[in-house]
Amino acid sequence: MSRQSNRTTESKKMNSELFTLTYGALVTQLCKDYENDEEVNKQLDKMGYNIGVRLIEDFLARSSVGRCHDFRETADVIAKVAFKMYLGITPSVTNWSPAGDEFSLILESNPLVDFVELPDNHSNLVYSNLLCGVLRGALEMVQMAVDVRFAQDMLRGDNVTEIRMKFIKRIEENLPAGDE
Amino acid sequence: MADEALFQFLHNELIQYVYKSAEQGEMENGRCITKLENMGFRVGQGLIERFTKDTPRFKDELDVMKFICKDFWTSVFKKQIDNLRTNHQGIYVLQDNKFRLLTQLSAGKQYLEHAPKYLAFTCGLVRGGLSNLGVKSIVTAEVSVMPACEWSFVRMQGLV
Repeated sequence: MSRQSNRTTESKKMNSELFTLTYGALVTQLCKDYENDEEVNKQLDKMGYNIGVRLIEDFLARSSVGRCHDFRETADVIAKVAFKMYLGITPSVTNWSPAGDEFSLILESNPLVDFVELPDNHSNLVYSNLLCGVLRGALEMVQMAVDVRFAQDMLRGDNVTEIRMKFIKRIEENLPAGDE
Repeated sequence: MADEALFQFLHNELIQYVYKSAEQGEMENGRCITKLENMGFRVGQGLIERFTKDTPRFKDELDVMKFICKDFWTSVFKKQIDNLRTNHQGIYVLQDNKFRLLTQLSAGKQYLEHAPKYLAFTCGLVRGGLSNLGVKSIVTAEVSVMPACEWSFVRMQGLV
């Protein structure tokens, strides 16, 4: 009986390790293809964006979360539902700006960086930059233009990993020309 | 956890990236497949190490293959291999009638020419896994009607 339950937790863990290892292989390949870290960061962001615009549909289908009324609600949904669903972690939402348009996600652990160490010659690499692209792409599909960047990164020596998200503007839905 | 969806998205992006950078550099199709397969190989090596950390030693090659068909495939693709055939002389053919990475692509013959792109990474994954279990092999995949897929492992030398 207990052996059975061992298998299920093992298989869940292995699945997230598959993702982690594949991501590692991707970053390694990008570092080989591009000479400088800035290019790799940009590429990761772009790929993340492509994933994000599709992921949002998957997320909405699975989570049956309704439309968010404000940015605070969005932040909560991202941290408590989305991150939990896809990465199994629940970052905390803090550091709200006075205007309420900017906040931080604090990740105590980041599954993407399991088994990862940054070598010295890649100090400018934002290893998990894919996440920024994913968040940006996903939110764009729900009519929010946001700016996402890493403020702190445990891989680069900080204590925690902090993602800073800033609301830029609402994207107006474009009605087709003929509609009135 | 919706890990599977995440992995599928990442896998698709990976394929897009490799083919796009090939377009710019004028590489042929074969090189892209090799690139994807090599990435899968590295991942497979790491993955199998983590997964078999606590499992007892495998009795023989057939045991290794059964492990791949049942435990490994279930963990990675959420289902077992549907059929395993072997000639007991180093050739194994595994049949998956509903290969997870192809189900979103088509349910028949449409896009058949694109199927190899989606199989390369997994070929490498399995080859890497087998390699770290001591079995050197060549792994190829064949699709005639999606999403069913046939995987052939040809053992190059015996268990170490």
